[in-house]
Amino acid sequence: MRFLTALVAGVLFGGGLLLSGMTDPANVLGFLDVSGEWRPQLALVMAGAALVAAPAFRIVRRRHRSLLGEPVTLPDRTRIDAHLLTGAAIFGVGWGIAGICPGPGIVLLASGESVAWIFMAATAIGLLITGRLRSNPG
Amino acid sequence: MTLAVALRALEGGLLIGAGAATLLLLNGRVAGVSGILANALEAQPGEQGWRLAFLCGLALPALVFGVGHPQLPASWVMALLAGLLVGCGTRLGSGCTSGHGVCGLANLSRRSLAATAVFMVTAIITVLLVRHGWRP
Repeated sequence: MRFLTALVAGVLFGGGLLLSGMTDPANVLGFLDVSGEWRPQLALVMAGAALVAAPAFRIVRRRHRSLLGEPVTLPDRTRIDAHLLTGAAIFGVGWGIAGICPGPGIVLLASGESVAWIFMAATAIGLLITGRLRSNPG
Repeated sequence: MTLAVALRALEGGLLIGAGAATLLLLNGRVAGVSGILANALEAQPGEQGWRLAFLCGLALPALVFGVGHPQLPASWVMALLAGLLVGCGTRLGSGCTSGHGVCGLANLSRRSLAATAVFMVTAIITVLLVRHGWRP
């Protein structure tokens, strides 16, 4: 059951990315390029998504169990530390170069284009190497 | 931006939010794509299933309807470099546009607000430099 619900959640999420135009790097870079002809869609997408997700967070915070009885796993860290800020800064540079972040990156694999697969393979390598370094510091 | 484009962006955003709400309400999990991908690659076999299902679901509409004509990175070198930075950055910073930008903000997390502000600023600076060149 939880595979099916995760699949449905993924389809909704991926369908939304596709419909909103966020799988086209031109729209993402057009938002980030504040000096050119600005494309504000990304802000609408984020606002719309956060608006719908917000009540769900309020509900699970009160219940501590999902509607299927699964434990609710929410991030418990609150400290704004150097890892968070450095990581976000590095991510922003990569995002600004390609105009692709991990969600649209997965969707774009469906294009079959080799640059999309190279981007996601490199993302996976970056995730794995950094995870290794974080768990074995020094 | 025409009204039609704005409405499509808003509708797409609502769908993304519905996907995030579904995963949270039914599976009890946050829809952060970088974290789900990292754990799908590393987790124990029993913990990989729902993550792989979510990731397959993400790509499914594009497999059915196509991706249109996205302007992908011009060279594989750029794609490789950008991917490495995205992977390293999201792991170190514990999230990407979906985990911090959508879910974190929906959860009113100060950490996610800080992360989103930082990656927006460095991305904007990067685009200025890449598209409009160094002019020191």
